[in-house]
Amino acid sequence: MKQVELTCICCPMGCNLRVELDGGSIASVTGNTCKRGDAYARQECIAPVRVITASVPVVGGKLARVSVKTAAPVPKNRIFDVMDAIRLISAQAPVRIGDVLCENIANTGANLVATRSAERN
Amino acid sequence: MLDVLIAGAGVVGCAVARELSRYALDVAVLEREEDVGAGTSKANSAIIHAGFDAEPGTLKARFNVEGCARMGALSQELDIPFRRNGSLVVALTEEDLPKLAELKARGEANGVPELRILSGDEARRMEPALSEHIAAALYAPTAGIVCPFELTQALAENACVNGVLFHMNTRVEQIEAIDGGYRVRSDRGTFDAKVVVNCAGLYSDEIHNQLCDEKLHIVPRRGEYMLLDRKAGALADKTIFQCPGKLGKGVLVTPTVHGNLMIGPTAEDIDDREATCTTAEGLAKAASTASLSVPELPLKQVITSFAGLRAHLDGSAHDFRIGESRPGYFEAAGVESPGLTAAPAIGAYLAGEIAVHLNARIKPDFVATRRVVRPRELDFASRQALIRENPAYGNIICRCEQVSEGEILDAIRRPLGARSLDGVKRRTRAGMGRCQAGFCSARVMELLRRELGADFEVTKCGPGSPMTVKDGKER
Amino acid sequence: MERHELIVIGGGPAGLTAATAARKAGVEDVLILEREDCLGGILNQCIHNGFGLHRFKEELTGPEYAQRWIDEAASLNIPFRTGTMVLELSSDRILTCTGRISGLEQLQADAVILAMGCRERPRGALNIPGYRPAGIYSAGTAQRLINIEGRMPGREVVILGSGDIGLIMARRLTLEGAQVKAVAELMPYSSGLRRNIVQCLDDFGIPLKLSHTVVNIHGKRRVEGVVLAQVDENRRPIPGTEEEIPCDTLLLSVGLLPENELSELAGVPIDPATSGPSVNENFETGVAGIFACGNVLHVHDLVDHVSEEAECAGRAAAEYLRGARAQRHEIPLRSGDGVTGIVPQRIDPSALPEVLNLRFRVRREVRNHYLSVYAGGERIFHQKRRIMTPGQMEEIALKRELVPLTTTEIRVAMEEA
Repeated sequence: MKQVELTCICCPMGCNLRVELDGGSIASVTGNTCKRGDAYARQECIAPVRVITASVPVVGGKLARVSVKTAAPVPKNRIFDVMDAIRLISAQAPVRIGDVLCENIANTGANLVATRSAERN
Repeated sequence: MLDVLIAGAGVVGCAVARELSRYALDVAVLEREEDVGAGTSKANSAIIHAGFDAEPGTLKARFNVEGCARMGALSQELDIPFRRNGSLVVALTEEDLPKLAELKARGEANGVPELRILSGDEARRMEPALSEHIAAALYAPTAGIVCPFELTQALAENACVNGVLFHMNTRVEQIEAIDGGYRVRSDRGTFDAKVVVNCAGLYSDEIHNQLCDEKLHIVPRRGEYMLLDRKAGALADKTIFQCPGKLGKGVLVTPTVHGNLMIGPTAEDIDDREATCTTAEGLAKAASTASLSVPELPLKQVITSFAGLRAHLDGSAHDFRIGESRPGYFEAAGVESPGLTAAPAIGAYLAGEIAVHLNARIKPDFVATRRVVRPRELDFASRQALIRENPAYGNIICRCEQVSEGEILDAIRRPLGARSLDGVKRRTRAGMGRCQAGFCSARVMELLRRELGADFEVTKCGPGSPMTVKDGKER
Repeated sequence: MERHELIVIGGGPAGLTAATAARKAGVEDVLILEREDCLGGILNQCIHNGFGLHRFKEELTGPEYAQRWIDEAASLNIPFRTGTMVLELSSDRILTCTGRISGLEQLQADAVILAMGCRERPRGALNIPGYRPAGIYSAGTAQRLINIEGRMPGREVVILGSGDIGLIMARRLTLEGAQVKAVAELMPYSSGLRRNIVQCLDDFGIPLKLSHTVVNIHGKRRVEGVVLAQVDENRRPIPGTEEEIPCDTLLLSVGLLPENELSELAGVPIDPATSGPSVNENFETGVAGIFACGNVLHVHDLVDHVSEEAECAGRAAAEYLRGARAQRHEIPLRSGDGVTGIVPQRIDPSALPEVLNLRFRVRREVRNHYLSVYAGGERIFHQKRRIMTPGQMEEIALKRELVPLTTTEIRVAMEEA
């Protein structure tokens, strides 16, 4: 059996997780102090994902840019594809927090949403 | 053909330019940097020396004493921050006592007024932070502290207002004598002038040696400094020099005219005329030497450190070299300490000589004064009225030094206005405070673009120093 | 002179929370003064996620977390003035402020809450030798340039300091196409959150060089490279370990300092351990009617804790304004072995809330050590922690009944057993 050590990134505690791998499947997760840690460890060992945050320009807004995030985590190996896609996006004022600025960004299945509002100038 | 071409817009070049602008002459200044006072003039002790250091009869002694005397009126005329805080030369040991007497006698021979030797206790009563070991001190009440940036800018701005042309980012490359004057080639064109004035500081030997048989050699002498938070500024009221002795020339501890505390400089002869870098050894030495006179220096309150290069003239003369070295070629070479103090007097002297040489006449419309809006120095009601009239003076951009948008816009819009972050900093103090531009640099960059165009490339100090790049990916 | 019951200086997370808490506790006349053009404070540029897990049980980005409080303040109709900088504060709570819209004015407050936040330590504070070219930024300045203005500070970057902002910026720069060549940390441990080392450095293969510092900066006009060196246990560079790294940018993430210039003007005593005001369990400073919360009080790792403290401060200010003040008898809280920077610094054992939160930092990284609280000679709290590090604030939730009313001093210590 193979053991993998991970640091949980779900919250600032940063628990040290130990995952026992039995071939391709997960035999056990220890070291976590909550359910999220268990889920993170399982996901991280099979298909790691991350939420991407960035900012995009706003046309005609009181702010020059608004911050954005992927509304769901995207596969870790697609991070730079998502960034390339984000770089092509600009928002039209007014922008409200939660507005979808791009659906299914870079074919990851996740939407890109605004995390800040910008009124029209 | 120009009447006069000045090489170098340091404090000396700008002083010459300002004094020449009193005359009906075509005058231009070439400066390799993007701003005036960007070399030695921006990194020094900012002291107006009383004038007891130099040997009687030297140019250093003459121009120091005269410059010190002129500074009061000049600072009023051109609105330059200046304070006669007085200086002390402290004797760290009994052995230094004869040296103090010697300095006093020398000062008196130079015409320095009101010099007085104090006992250690008298000195400590005057400056309670002084070390208990200090045996005596020479007190010179006429010494002062000045803003070296604004001194240079004020001279340059006033020259500009009175018709002198400044060519920035223009480096003198070659100089030769031609019929009736000189031809100066720069990286941005050729200039012919009847008179050339060499005020090129660290590079003054390069210009001199192209024209004169007797060769000069400038040695860059590096001095490292530390600047402390204003909270430490009250530690010293007078400028505290150390008596030159066994331990070397010593370093000073002084308040700055803006209320910080400054220590330095070290003195190290180097080869590289561009090596304005600080060193771990130099900074440590400045701190340990300064603490001999003021033991309780709060070094945790250092907000920045810097190094300046003095243009030291190699050889045995130990003096400035000032005057007409060949017909129509004037120079101010080897202007090291007390150069800042001496500059206005050197400017007046050289301008007078040049005016005689060119048989120039005084301009009736010379404007002698300059004014700057300084909201922080106004009383409450006047500041309130100023902000009501122009709200930009109420919008604080640099929080540490409380510099308003209005002052920064003024700095950009003034004659020879700021074109870089350092230019704004040296004119307004934005970024000069305890956070060292952490909060305000992005906002100052924005103001520079707003004033100079959205495509204006904001730099720290001119070409080659961009603050941002187009795209992280471009490599 | 314009008068207000409560003036909150700072419209970031601490100020917003304190103002809303005070309003909810019955203070009618609350005014927030904010020097930037929008409310939200530094969170507006902290666009990464990970905020609000404690407070809202969901993972928010900085601007989203700020917006929750901005909305809350708006729903309570709490007035605010943005673009307004407080220049002076006196001990009798007269504020001199200036702004583009309101001009220069003086305001009188019956109570003041200090919530001005903190600033980054600059290069000068470290005395790093070398040139002073373009391309040296504090991490927060770079964060603002990239996230708010969409401008890149450089392409090849070395970061000094592994605090959270430094780590977050390592990732942010990488995402925007820059190459982060190394993160150097003077201490033998990172002062950032563990999860940030994983998701900001490890994810992108960025090396973290512990016990390293920058000993020289090359480049006269723009950074051309920095020299890193290893340091010994006294944090002095070890000769012979120098390594030159070509780069065009040096980011400094070397610590945060509470911005207490106004507090000092008002005569508020400052605790050298936290660089913030010394406060009691009500977050009241040494000057009556002046309270402090957030990063101006002590630098936090988590904004959730800022909000929690700010709520207490807001409620306490409301209480103060009601004028119902009993005679207080305060005793000091002291840092024992291995512990520094306890907040609050003093308490009245007879006036404690049900649970008193003590926050502080440990002095070194340890595993399986205990945190203990002593009242006089008696140990009243003892708890094992698996891992403690100076980079992460520790917290003890002390039940009121554990604190003896007659004790004259509380001491917190870190112990092996």
